[in-house]
Amino acid sequence: MTAAPLDVHGLSAGYGPTRIIEDVTFHVPAGGRLAVLGRNGVGKTTLFASIAGQTKRYAGHVTLGALDITALDGSARALGGLGYVPQNRSIFQSLTVEENLQVGLKSRPRSAIEESYAMFPRLKERRKNLGSQLSGGEQQMLATARTILGQPTVLLLDEPLEGLAPVICDELMAALTALAADRTTTILLVEQRIKAALDFADDVIILERGRIAWQGTPAALDADQRVVERLLGVGH
Amino acid sequence: MTTDATVKARNAASLGRVRRSAAVDATAVVIILAAAALLYVLFPGSLALFTRMVAIMMLALSLDLVTGFAGIATLGHAALFGAGAYAAGILASKFGFTDPFAMLGVGAVAGALAGIVSSVVILRGRGLGQLVLSIAIVQLAHEAANKLSAWTGGSDGLSGIAPAPIFGLYRFDLWGRTAFILAVALLVVVFVLLRVIIRSPFGMLCRGIKQDPVRVRAMGAPVYGTLVKLYAIAGAVAGLGGALSAVATKVVGLDSLSFTLSAEALVMLVLGGVGKLFGALIGTFVFIWFEHLVAAINPFHWLTIVGVMLIVVVLFEPRGLTGAAEALWTRARGGRR
Repeated sequence: MTAAPLDVHGLSAGYGPTRIIEDVTFHVPAGGRLAVLGRNGVGKTTLFASIAGQTKRYAGHVTLGALDITALDGSARALGGLGYVPQNRSIFQSLTVEENLQVGLKSRPRSAIEESYAMFPRLKERRKNLGSQLSGGEQQMLATARTILGQPTVLLLDEPLEGLAPVICDELMAALTALAADRTTTILLVEQRIKAALDFADDVIILERGRIAWQGTPAALDADQRVVERLLGVGH
Repeated sequence: MTTDATVKARNAASLGRVRRSAAVDATAVVIILAAAALLYVLFPGSLALFTRMVAIMMLALSLDLVTGFAGIATLGHAALFGAGAYAAGILASKFGFTDPFAMLGVGAVAGALAGIVSSVVILRGRGLGQLVLSIAIVQLAHEAANKLSAWTGGSDGLSGIAPAPIFGLYRFDLWGRTAFILAVALLVVVFVLLRVIIRSPFGMLCRGIKQDPVRVRAMGAPVYGTLVKLYAIAGAVAGLGGALSAVATKVVGLDSLSFTLSAEALVMLVLGGVGKLFGALIGTFVFIWFEHLVAAINPFHWLTIVGVMLIVVVLFEPRGLTGAAEALWTRARGGRR
């Protein structure tokens, strides 16, 4: 598995006649870690859904490695190496943990599921439980593990820490940091917990009304409290 | 890095899973065989009825695959059953191929082809649209069979089917013993194969599609292609049931691809429990047995009584009889899954 760079150029997209994101352009190098920040409703989730091919595109291009995925549907994008863990997790409630993981195997052998258990030992303990019987944190681990099993070259994580207890957040972020450490996967993270996102990322973009309002490094953002307060509405 | 210990642990876990699955399958097979033996001994005069039950069980199993495991709404599934029945019947009566296994094989292939054709149409719709398309398919198939009377016998039914003895040794006797034993053997094989299929990654994918097709698509899996494959498998199973019916009863009627049979199969499935395979068997058995008993006791109002039974089951145990049994078992063990 080798990480791929992601290029988003002039992307405008939305739902039906409603444009949510407008002329968004950014580049994430292979193995890079990008945090996408912004207040609620500025288009972060729509941006990820658009990269994953789940919205209506009005303009722009998305390139994954050498592959222009703009015209591909969601399934083909996933086969091209894009992994997407949506905000609502979307685990299969009536399948067990192990069965959920099996669905994510693509053509990999069943023994690869052990990789998920190594990453999230808690899932191994719960492997016979139905998806509906898992806590929010466990569901997030499962959704993340299932996507990673498909060996994506670019991984989109939409608010993985939302609604989770601090101890679970730490566990999840530790696993993601370990995944990111070997730089075999390019990771884009939407997160409301700004400190966790900045600790994780190499670069940051901040969205405002569907457009990129600020772009830079975590250190630069950290040093500019006016940007943080204006675009994120918080001091961190 | 993968160590020897990790590999050994993985192999042991995998072996454990295989053993547990095999144990469940073996238990199911024992239950089916024991029930069949009991029926054979206790009701030797009703073997034709039980053989018919097994044929319809195949239809219900097939329906469970597409509805219970993939969430496709259909009220036209008898088209696949009828395709198998007519293919086997025509093979024997028009072409003189009377080997029962050839008839069953042709029935399964015809069912699979009918399944593929049906799926191409039905999967274009969603929800109510799917239901309407499925009804249209079974009505069209019914009408086509009626019009092609030179091949199908039309409303008189297709007769002149005389299956040869199995392996040249076992004749299809008047009491239906041979047909019943053949039916039970086929049921066991089909049931185990379906259990293997639903446990496979393909089966998991189908269940995933039922819950969230958008997510499955986003994971890079082909939703449409997977459902067409599933429909082909379901068609083969239903077609095999139809062919079994032709072999056992030596006649194929228009009712084998009727809307009524499609709807009854759905009722049997709901009665037994959707998405459990075993529910299809139990639902079919209870429905036909109950219908048989009630019709004998009260030939005028038996449908009313069957209707009341269905209302009671659906209202008080929407998961069907197997769901009720599971709930009782769980309560008896004092835990929950």
